[in-house]
Amino acid sequence: MIDCLYFAWVRERIGLPREQVETSAATVLDLVEELRAREPRYAAAFEDLSALRVAIDQELTDFGASLAGAREVAFFPPMTGG
Amino acid sequence: MSVRVQSQRFDAGAELNAFSAGLENAGAVVSFTGVVRDRDAGGMVAMEIEHYPGMTERAIAAIVDEARTRWDLAAALVIHRHGRLEIGAPIMMVATASRHRVAAFEAAEFLMDYLKSRAPFWKKEIGPQDAAWVEARDEDEAALGRWSPGQD
Repeated sequence: MIDCLYFAWVRERIGLPREQVETSAATVLDLVEELRAREPRYAAAFEDLSALRVAIDQELTDFGASLAGAREVAFFPPMTGG
Repeated sequence: MSVRVQSQRFDAGAELNAFSAGLENAGAVVSFTGVVRDRDAGGMVAMEIEHYPGMTERAIAAIVDEARTRWDLAAALVIHRHGRLEIGAPIMMVATASRHRVAAFEAAEFLMDYLKSRAPFWKKEIGPQDAAWVEARDEDEAALGRWSPGQD
């Protein structure tokens, strides 16, 4: 079970800020494929991965990263702080 | 070294005075305050900033730690707000103190460059009828390159 978090327009497209996902995905990309296959709103949110960033347990990583031991995976657009 | 993530408004002048008080070995204090501005087309009524509680504090702390390894800083301060902000209100500030001004200026710029692209905040411009997420700019990402020679 992994906590998936969504921020900014990813949250808006999917329609919720977080959810628990039952998955055996090995990598972030595998998890994305599972989510995409669920419903059109997920497919819309994950349409262009170059427009997205991902963090595992609050550390930025990339879509090829392993989910071994991961508790929390967050998806969001490039950050606009400052 | 102080990091604060908050929704409340802050007084940048008062923060800077408090930061500067009691610094004995710092010959230079540099500060930057970011303020909500109207969008180019005008007609914005407010800005909303979303963030990732937990990661935000960790990411900023890591950025400040990195600055401390690169420059000899007597003190550093980062304040960043989230939630709904009115036009003209302060969004964030950084302050750095060092023995010499070059270190204080460079560290402040480093903190700003990284806060913009590596701290999990997302800005949304709220208009009277519409709202739009602010898009990250290529220049902001490119600005990180100058701090890591040899990397893209």
